[in-house]
Amino acid sequence: MAQKVVDAVKAKFGDAVVATSSEHGDEVITVKRDKLLAIAAFLKDDPAMSFEVPVFVTAIDLAHWQPLGRRGAPDEGTRPAYDAEASDGLRFEVCYQLRSLKHRHRLRVKVQLKETDTKLPSLTPLWAGFNWQERETFDMYGIRFDGHPDLRRIYLYDEFVGYPLRKDYPKDKRQPLVRRPDLVGDH
Amino acid sequence: MLELITSKLEDAANWGRKFSLFSYPFVTACCGMEFMSVAAPKYDIARFGAEFPRFSPRQSDLLMIVGTITEKQGPALRRVWEQMAEPKWVIAFGVCASTGGFYQNYHAMPGADQVVPVDVYIPGCPPRPEQVLDALIMLQDRVQRGDGHSQIRLKREKIMLAAANAEE
Ligand code: SF4
Repeated sequence: MAQKVVDAVKAKFGDAVVATSSEHGDEVITVKRDKLLAIAAFLKDDPAMSFEVPVFVTAIDLAHWQPLGRRGAPDEGTRPAYDAEASDGLRFEVCYQLRSLKHRHRLRVKVQLKETDTKLPSLTPLWAGFNWQERETFDMYGIRFDGHPDLRRIYLYDEFVGYPLRKDYPKDKRQPLVRRPDLVGDH
Repeated sequence: MLELITSKLEDAANWGRKFSLFSYPFVTACCGMEFMSVAAPKYDIARFGAEFPRFSPRQSDLLMIVGTITEKQGPALRRVWEQMAEPKWVIAFGVCASTGGFYQNYHAMPGADQVVPVDVYIPGCPPRPEQVLDALIMLQDRVQRGDGHSQIRLKREKIMLAAANAEE
C-alpha cells in the first residue's frame, strides 16, 4: 500500500535509503542518519506523502537480537545475533512510525546507530508529538536526540544511572531512592 | 493497681480503634479494582468499621497500599505514612505491594515494606475480596492485642521516656 511512498523516497534520496523491507504489511525503510531530517521533512510536507501523524518513536537494542518467532530455532540469516565486531559496532535501531490520514498510508523509518555514537537528529521540530516519546527513548535506551527542546528523563528519576531497556542492564539491578531507616539503620 | 487500670484503658481504646479504622487508600494499580469491590456494597468493608476512605493521610490511621509501588513512588509513600496520625497500621494489598510480585526489575520496589513497616500482607494478584476482609479481621486482632508496628513503637518510646525520667 505504501510501496509508492517507498519508491518516491528512493527516487528522491537514492543512496540515503540503506534498506527497505515489508513486515506484516508495513513498509519499513532504513535511512542514513545524516539524511533523516531531510527525508522526514519530505515525508511531512510533500503533498503526495503528507504524513501528519507521529504514531510512535522507540528504539531496538540489537544485542542478541533474534528474528521474531524464531527464538531457539537456528537463525535463518536474515540478521545475525549481536556481535560488536561483526556488526561494525552497530547496536541500536531507532524506529519512527508515521501515518497519513489523508492518503491512509503508513511508513516506518529506521535509523541504525553505533554503540559508541548514539546521537540522532530530533524530529520534534517537525512533529511536536514526538517530544515525550523521544524523551522516553532517551530515558530507556540513552539515545540522544540533537535539537530536542527538552531532553530529560521522563519516567525515571534524575538519580537513576544507566538505561534500563538496554540488553546489558542487569535485570535485577535496583536503584532505590528511599529505604526504611529501621531496616538499614541502627535499630 | 495503676498498671491494671491503664492496661484496661488501653484495651478499651484498642477495642474502639479496631472498629473505627479510617483507611487511606494508596491506590496505584490494578488491585484498585478489587479494592473498589471490597469497598462497594457487595463485600462492604464498612461492616467491619473501616467505613470511610479518607483522602488525607492526616485523618486516617490505616494505610492500604493497593498496587505496584515503584522506586520513584518510594519517597511519596514514605511521606504519606509519616503524615498519618498515630497509632497507625499498614496493609499491603496484593503481591505487588507485598513483594513486588512478578515485577522483578529496575523500576518496581520489592515490596512496600522497604519503605514503610507493614502489618498485614495480602497475597493474590489481585486478592479476592474475602481475603481482604480476612486480612482486616487479622489486623483488628492485632490492634486489639496492641502489637501493630506503631503501637509497639509507641509503647517502647513511652518506656524509654519513663526510664529517662526516672534517671533524672
Ligand atoms: S498484585 Fe496483580 S492485580 Fe495487584 S497491582 Fe500487582 S499486578 Fe495488579
